[in-house]
Amino acid sequence: MHTLIQGFREAIKLLISLDPELLQIISVSFRVTGTALFVSVLIGVPLGTVLGLVDFPGKKIITALLYTGMGLPPVVVGLFVFIMFSASGPFGSLGWLFTTRSIVVAQTILALPLVTSFVMTSVLSIDIALIRQMKSLGTSRKQLLWTVIKEARLGAVVAMAAGYGAVISEVGAVMLVGGNIAGKTRVLTTAIMLETRQGRFGFALALGIILLLIAFITNMIMMKFQHREIK
Amino acid sequence: MKTIYKVEDLSKEYDGKEVLKVEDFDLFQGEIFGLVGPSGAGKSTLLRLLDFLEPPTSGVIKFKGQEYHQTKEPGLDIKRKITTVFQEPALLKTTVWKNITYPLKIRGIPIKGELKSELENLITDLSLWELKDQRADKLSGGEAQRVAVARALIFKPEVLFLDEPPSNLDPTNISIIENKIKQYGKRTGKTVLVVTHNIFQAKRLTDRVGLLHRGEFIEIKERDNFFNSPDNKLTQKFLAGDLLP
Repeated sequence: MHTLIQGFREAIKLLISLDPELLQIISVSFRVTGTALFVSVLIGVPLGTVLGLVDFPGKKIITALLYTGMGLPPVVVGLFVFIMFSASGPFGSLGWLFTTRSIVVAQTILALPLVTSFVMTSVLSIDIALIRQMKSLGTSRKQLLWTVIKEARLGAVVAMAAGYGAVISEVGAVMLVGGNIAGKTRVLTTAIMLETRQGRFGFALALGIILLLIAFITNMIMMKFQHREIK
Repeated sequence: MKTIYKVEDLSKEYDGKEVLKVEDFDLFQGEIFGLVGPSGAGKSTLLRLLDFLEPPTSGVIKFKGQEYHQTKEPGLDIKRKITTVFQEPALLKTTVWKNITYPLKIRGIPIKGELKSELENLITDLSLWELKDQRADKLSGGEAQRVAVARALIFKPEVLFLDEPPSNLDPTNISIIENKIKQYGKRTGKTVLVVTHNIFQAKRLTDRVGLLHRGEFIEIKERDNFFNSPDNKLTQKFLAGDLLP
């Protein structure tokens, strides 16, 4: 208990003093997670919308794969990305292993099925009569797609929040492909692991508080949006 | 009168079952046509085919002289001349104003000058001015239906289909919508086809009426002739309020 209280004190001190090491870790975390989420949204939102709107052969298989992807073990994803980007792997020549780029790839693989599935479910919940009406009013395919995305925006926001939550708190894959290199690939979760092992509980707790704070703010934004939509 | 639609040997099947079989049907420019018939007669199916929302199984739909069939559907420029107001108004989760101006937005038409005045008059005529900034998903059934009608009229489609729009509404809402539809047909010279199972509504609104039963036209006549001197026994039964076999 004493260690915990001491850790909290140290955490508050570090946060107030804006410790440069702490800021560096937060900055890397935001950068990689933000980029991974951006890529996931860029691919997942249109893909989820199309999957929700269009019937085609093999759709069931893709949907099943997506749902499986939602439960992908992060360490396995990390291992896969590691092999892909290792020197003997197909993308080894890119030299991305142990850089933030490989972390972005791993986090995107983890977030993409979540974002796509949430958007697809949200699109599927849109009344078919609305889609028929939009067509009758003369929408082009692109306009219809955009209108549907706007109508499913609540689901899209939930998808983003879920994707963000999944990747910012991830540690296994990030550790494997990023290597937890100080000042380069060290993110909040891998830093917590390291600091805990080294007995720097204050620092580890400070990072933990920030992680919780990020999750809290993300949920608050989502709730505000939900409230505005339902109101 | 000039023919805007000509339908030849049109058929629609779902799961191998034929639900529509129209050998010959003309819709004239500038008329208000009433499509009547019991539930399940194929009225809404015919509407969806004429609005090119679904392809026919076989047969031809000629729109303004151009032939379309199962494998040939019209381009967006043609589709944008036609629209349907469905029985259940399907509105976007946004304001009344944005719903009504949606067709203009997707066509890239700026709301200014004469169009702005027309839009304001239309919204006022349909008693929607006070509601224009309200969210559409908070409207009553009658208000939502009026928004759907305004949204369809604002871009002045050459053909307006109405699939029992004022059903289950109170007399005030029915009257507002019917007046607007009648005005649209008469003042602009555009074509209107109203699907209804309410023969009194067909009497009030239309120039010509056709009875559809089991997917086939039984009789098509000028309104007064249709109601006063129907030839077919099924039409007589339908007008008498009897159930059709």
